[in-house]
Amino acid sequence: MDVELLEIRQFMGQFPPFDGLSDELLDAIAERVEVSYFKTGSDILVLNDTLDELCFIRSGAVEVYRRQGELYNRLGEGDIFGHFSLLRNHKVRFPAQAIEDTLIYFIPNDVFQRLCEEDDDFADFVELERPRLETAAEQQKKSNDMMVTRIRKLVTRYPVMVEASTTLQQVAQQISEAQASAAIVINQCTGNPRYSFQDSEGQTWRMEGIFTDSDFRTRVVAEGLSPQAAIGDVASSHLITIQSDASVYEAMLTMLRNNVHHLPVVYRQRPVGVVHLSDIIRYETHSGLYLVSNIFNQSSAQGLAKLAPDVRAAFVRMVQEGANSQMVGSALSTIGRSFTRRLLELAETELGPPPVPYCFMVNGSMARNEQSIVTDQDNALVLSDDFVAEEHDEYFFALAKFVSDGLDACGYTYCKGNVMATNDQWRQPLSVWKRYFQDWMENPTPERLLHSSIFFDLDSIYGEDHFVETLQDLIAQKAPQSPLFLAAMARNALNRTPPLGFFRTFVMEKDGKHNNSINLKRRGTAPMADLVRIHALASGSKAQNTFQRLSDISDTQLLATGVSDKLSYAFEFLCMSRLRHQMIDIQEERAPDNNIEPENVEDSERHTLKDAFQVLSNAQKFLKFRYPMPSQRPRQ
Amino acid sequence: MLGIRPRQRVTQANWAEYMARRERQAKDTAIKQFFATPLPAEDTPIADVPMIALDMETTGLDEHHHAIVSIGLVPFTLDRIKLAERRYWVVKPTRPLSDTSITFHHITHSEVAAAPDMDTILDELLQRLAGHLVVVHFRNIERPFLEAAIKARRGEGVMFPMIDTMSLEARLHRQTLWARFRRWLGRPPVSIRLNASRERYGLPAYQGHHALLDALATAELFQAQVATHYRPDTPLKDLWC
Repeated sequence: MDVELLEIRQFMGQFPPFDGLSDELLDAIAERVEVSYFKTGSDILVLNDTLDELCFIRSGAVEVYRRQGELYNRLGEGDIFGHFSLLRNHKVRFPAQAIEDTLIYFIPNDVFQRLCEEDDDFADFVELERPRLETAAEQQKKSNDMMVTRIRKLVTRYPVMVEASTTLQQVAQQISEAQASAAIVINQCTGNPRYSFQDSEGQTWRMEGIFTDSDFRTRVVAEGLSPQAAIGDVASSHLITIQSDASVYEAMLTMLRNNVHHLPVVYRQRPVGVVHLSDIIRYETHSGLYLVSNIFNQSSAQGLAKLAPDVRAAFVRMVQEGANSQMVGSALSTIGRSFTRRLLELAETELGPPPVPYCFMVNGSMARNEQSIVTDQDNALVLSDDFVAEEHDEYFFALAKFVSDGLDACGYTYCKGNVMATNDQWRQPLSVWKRYFQDWMENPTPERLLHSSIFFDLDSIYGEDHFVETLQDLIAQKAPQSPLFLAAMARNALNRTPPLGFFRTFVMEKDGKHNNSINLKRRGTAPMADLVRIHALASGSKAQNTFQRLSDISDTQLLATGVSDKLSYAFEFLCMSRLRHQMIDIQEERAPDNNIEPENVEDSERHTLKDAFQVLSNAQKFLKFRYPMPSQRPRQ
Repeated sequence: MLGIRPRQRVTQANWAEYMARRERQAKDTAIKQFFATPLPAEDTPIADVPMIALDMETTGLDEHHHAIVSIGLVPFTLDRIKLAERRYWVVKPTRPLSDTSITFHHITHSEVAAAPDMDTILDELLQRLAGHLVVVHFRNIERPFLEAAIKARRGEGVMFPMIDTMSLEARLHRQTLWARFRRWLGRPPVSIRLNASRERYGLPAYQGHHALLDALATAELFQAQVATHYRPDTPLKDLWC
């Protein structure tokens, strides 16, 4: 490598997708770069010109436009453009203009093609939006499958290992000294039989068995054996082990399947530790499962409120361990539902049994099983039609207040839109609820639906489930035949749009304006959930979860092939990004929120986020076209 | 702003005539060949002129007492700087390298000791320069040093027209009404050194004093100067000297 080109390769090597390239490939680029200067306002790429080079911004800033002249992206130092054309017909599809004085490094097409061939990550990066989102989502899934904690994480110390000739008494002493509860029995051997390994002196040993505390009771004392007997004669030769990279879950299954409480953990053939059932239980106590059972053990609202830090801890751990957004969303929703249920049980204990049957309904993200750590409460009461307000409402108002206050204390703040069972309007008998929904669907205007769309995510969590199911059926049956309703919902779904992407440390809006941060819920996950809800309503799906809705939608002809997958990947990425930033907030001891600051967004994340915003933006355009507002109200 | 438009009046030498005369007189084949290769005519639009950025590192500022240490070449046009066609040589100076110039240029004694005498690269250097308009930053180093070094080895010197990005900057910042006004106010003159000039055009700072990197930097600067103050059809004669 020529020393003089270091300047160029070192600079390029700081930015994706070049940061992952081998030195050899980086050299190959620096070697062949061509350079050109562009004054502010001058064209770099002109529509339909032939393009045979990848463009890299060495300094300055560039705007890329769509064919119609709409701003597509604003790029800064270290960004690339032109790759779409190189991957297709070498015609410029997105013209580019310098918006500051700009220095461009041009990378010839043959070098670009070589990079795509020799470096998969580079190829992934420059591929169109869909594949990149797909890879990001898949990588998350992969890392999740693999990283559901490996058992070696639970191994805290080296195992006690004794030779087969050791006496039982010595073994007991060694186990006690090590404060362990089992010893691994080993013997010298030759060759390479099963469970054999070499120690640091090159001596080959074979794991013969394991001897545990309970073996001293069952095999030694109960059998009247002498403490001087050799352990090799007593120990069970039936050995169950687990590989160190197996998951905690697998270890648990192995114990259950074989009815053992100790498992030697081996790396290849070498024992590296022993896990005991209690290690696994202790591990589990930090997880959501334990939290849920603990929720149901609380006897007061105050006790429940004290669990809020545990919820955060469980959340941080799930995100760290690579759970995907569906797992986190459903776990947090389960926790939220458990809080609500327990509060209802406690309320009934305090207030006595309900005078008429009721169903406690949740709406919004909890109904969709998509809660994050930052969430308010959205709930309502669906009462039996035997309800008589004068007689019964006092009870149900008290019940609603108990739950609502309790949830607020647990971190589920009061709903700003007052979508809570404490609101008289949302504490009504089933027949009134049916009327509400019918009215929304039959006499829709965007304004009227603005605050009621949240009710179209609905689920029962306590009481007479069939009340809410009746409402779900009503919606599924009526919505597909209500074009005006769908159009009004679609109109509202376009109120919140995604930004264009990021530029330096700013969020860039479609009109080219800059912001310092972005609310990822308002500008990403929520509008996505909104638009998926409309397609789901149109297809008569009763699913509430966005991913399930997308899967239902893909069974219909509503969207072009592959579009629902694309939406699914984009939604997953948006959700994960939001969860990750909330986790960072918690770790840095800030109050978690839905905002992300561009300077905290990694380069790869910012590119994928931009793709996800693009997918959302396109889907919104399609929504407008698919559910047009009829100019005349159709006659019923 | 008022008065910062460059003055276009530049003393013109008749380069074509000079080149033709030198070709007739030349005894050295490489030099004869150099002068035989025609340069673009003086009214050629700058966009059509093949150029080559040249930079050299020297042991000092006086061509009679100091020597060339390294030479960097980067061919380019107004559109593209062709880094793939770059050339870079370290040559053995006829006079010893001082320690200060070593720290300055990042070229070590051993590198220089292993380097060939400039004579061995002269043929290729002249061949690459021929037919191209040479662009330098501060011609008063490159021109006399090259002339002296070639004369010492081949018995005859070589002169040719150049575009000097520093003198273009000087025209803009030192010779305008605005510059005189600044001077009258007692303000320090605008720096026309390579990096300071580049900064004015939004060009990145390179880790300086490597002949090839500086040649690249000079080429970029010239593209920026033309894009800012001239036009692609500005005739060569308005720029060279």
